Amino acid sequence: MSLLELDDVHISYGNVQAVKGVSVAVEQGEIVTLLGANGAGKTTTLRAVSGLLRPRAGHIRLAGQEIQAAAAHRIVELGVAHVPEGRRVFATLTVEENLNLGAYRYRQDATRVREGRERAYRLFPRLAERRGQLAGTLSGGEQQMLAIARGLMADPKVLLLDEPSLGLAPKLVQEIFRTIGEINREGVTILLVEQNARIALRVAHRAYVLETGRIVLAGPSRELRQDPRIQQAYLGMGRKPAAGRRPAQAGQGSAAVVSS
Amino acid sequence: MNGWRCRRGGPARRRGFRAEGMALFIEQLVNGLTVGAVYALVALGYTMVYGVMRLINFAHGDLFMLGSYFGFTLLVATFVGSALPLWAALPVTVLASATGVAILGVLVERAAYRPLRRSNRLTAVVSAMGVSIFLQNAAMLVWGPRYRAYPPWAVPDVRWEIGAVHIGFMQVLILMVSILLMAGLYLFVQRTTVGAAIRATAIDHDTARLMGINVDQIIRLIFVIGPGLGAVAGVLLGLYYRQIHFTVGWSYGLKAFTAAILGGIGNIPGAMVGGLLLGILEMLGGGYISAAWKDVFVFLILILLLIFRPTGLLGERVAEKV
Ligand SMILES: Nc1ncnc2c1ncn2[C@@H]1O[C@H](COP(=O)(O)OP(=O)(O)OP(=O)(O)O)[C@@H](O)[C@H]1O
Ligand SMILES: [Mg+2]
Repeated sequence: MSLLELDDVHISYGNVQAVKGVSVAVEQGEIVTLLGANGAGKTTTLRAVSGLLRPRAGHIRLAGQEIQAAAAHRIVELGVAHVPEGRRVFATLTVEENLNLGAYRYRQDATRVREGRERAYRLFPRLAERRGQLAGTLSGGEQQMLAIARGLMADPKVLLLDEPSLGLAPKLVQEIFRTIGEINREGVTILLVEQNARIALRVAHRAYVLETGRIVLAGPSRELRQDPRIQQAYLGMGRKPAAGRRPAQAGQGSAAVVSS
Repeated sequence: MNGWRCRRGGPARRRGFRAEGMALFIEQLVNGLTVGAVYALVALGYTMVYGVMRLINFAHGDLFMLGSYFGFTLLVATFVGSALPLWAALPVTVLASATGVAILGVLVERAAYRPLRRSNRLTAVVSAMGVSIFLQNAAMLVWGPRYRAYPPWAVPDVRWEIGAVHIGFMQVLILMVSILLMAGLYLFVQRTTVGAAIRATAIDHDTARLMGINVDQIIRLIFVIGPGLGAVAGVLLGLYYRQIHFTVGWSYGLKAFTAAILGGIGNIPGAMVGGLLLGILEMLGGGYISAAWKDVFVFLILILLLIFRPTGLLGERVAEKV
C-alpha cells in the first residue's frame, strides 16, 4: 500500500477541466516529483490532495484511508503538509509566529512545538537569526525556507512542495534542495512539484510528467534524465525528438508511458 | 455606597474663569472618552469581522442594541435585578447579555453569512441588511416601539470630584471595563497561537487551512467575540444614558462603524484608537461648537475619511514581498 495514492483524479474549475484522470503513487520514504510546464495542472493536483479543492471524480488515499472528501484542516491532522506555490508566508506575522502556526494541530503541546522549532532552526539556521522579524521583511529565499519549515512544523508523514525553486537564484535553489534531501533522509515522504526538471530529477527517486492535466510519462528519475523527450522538453538540451514521435506515444526503457 | 460620594464645593469652586474653562474641557474629554470607549467596543466587532471575512456586518449594531435590551430585561424582570445585590447583579447582567448576544452572533453567521461565503460581496451585504432589519423588528415586537429606561437603582449614585472636575460612577466603570476588555483582546490576538490563527485567517484563508486551522471555527470565534463585546457595550450604554430604543443599533452602529474606518478597518488597535478619538471629537465638537450638530460632525468625519483616507489612520500596514 502506498503512503499517498491518487487514483484517476479529475478536477475542474467550473467547466474547465484542469486535471483529467491523474494517478500517482508515493511510497513511504520516497521523494516523488511531478513535472510539467505552466498550466499543466500540478498546483491543482496538490490542492486537491491537501483538501483545498474537491476532485470531481477519483480517489485520494493516505495510507489506505480515503481523504478526497475531508476538510483541509483534517488532512493536516492526518499527516499531510502542503507548502504552497509562491511561499504564502503570513507577511505581518513574525517568523516564529509563522512556525507556530505550522504546528497548529498540536498547539497545546508546548514541548512538541518547541522541538519542532528547534528542528526548523537546525535545518534553516538563517531563520533562527530572524525569528522575531516579520515574515514579509525576509528575502525571497528566506521566505521559501520559512514556508518549508512551517510545513514541517506539522510533523507530516507526507510533505507536498509546490515549486520551491520558483524565482530563486541558482545558489539558493541548490541550498534549498540540499535541505529537501536532508528532510527526506529524516524520514519525511515528499511529493515535489517542479518546473525545474534538472534539479527535481536529481533529488527525486521517481518522477511523473504532467501535460495538460494528464500524466504522460513516469519512471525512476535516473531513467527519465536519460530520456530524450525529457531532455528536449524539460532539460533544455535542444535535441529534437525523432520525427513523428510525440511524448505521449513512444515509450523507451523502463520509463513507462502511462496511458490515461 | 454613600461613603463613596466626595464632598462638594471646596477650594476649586473659588478658582477663576480659566480654571473653570479647563475643568469644562477635562469633563468634556472624559465624556468623550466614555462614549468613545463604547464606540471602540462596538467598532471591534465590525473590524474583526471585516478583517477575517471582508464583510461589513451591518447587523452588528443591532446585536449591540439587543445587548442593551437583554440587560434591561435581566435587570427589570428577572431575579438578577430583584434578588441579587447590585455588585453581583451588574456583572451577571453584563455576562449573561454578552453570552446571549454571542449565541445570536454565531446563529446569524451560520444562517445569513456562511451560505454566502463563496458568493459575491454585494449578496452578503444585502443579507447583512436583511438580518439588521429582522433584528430591529424583532426587538420592536418584543420590547415595543417606545423608549425603555434602565431602572435608576441599577447605577450607584456615586460621583467623584477632582478639583473642579466631576466624574460619575458609570464613566469610571465604562472606562475601566472597556480598557480591561480591549487589553485582554489585544493580548489574546497578539500573544496566543489562536490569536495568531485569527491574524493568519485574516491574511489568507487557504493558507490558514493548510496550517490545520479550521477557518469555520475561527469565523465562529469572531462572531462570539465581536457581538459579545458589542453586548457589553450595549449594557454599559443603557446604564449610562438609561434610555434605550430599538433604533440605537443604527445610530450607534454607524458611529462605531465610523470609528472602525477612522482607525483603519480590519485593524484591531485601530478600532480602539478610532473609537476613543471619535468620542472625543464628538464631545468637544458638541461642547464647544454646537450640541445639536454633534452627529453631523461624526458623519462628516465618515464622509471625509471615505473620500480622502479610506484606509484610516492606522490602515492595514502591509509588509509583503512577492
Ligand atoms: N482558480 C482557477 N480558476 C480557473 N482555472 C484555473 C484556476 N486555477 C488554475 N486554473 C487552470 O487550471 C490549469 C492548471 O493550473 P495549475 O495552476 O494547476 O497549473 P500548474 O501546473 O501549477 O502551472 P504553473 O507551473 O504555472 O504553476 C490551467 O489551465 C489554469 O489556467
Ligand atoms: Mg503551479
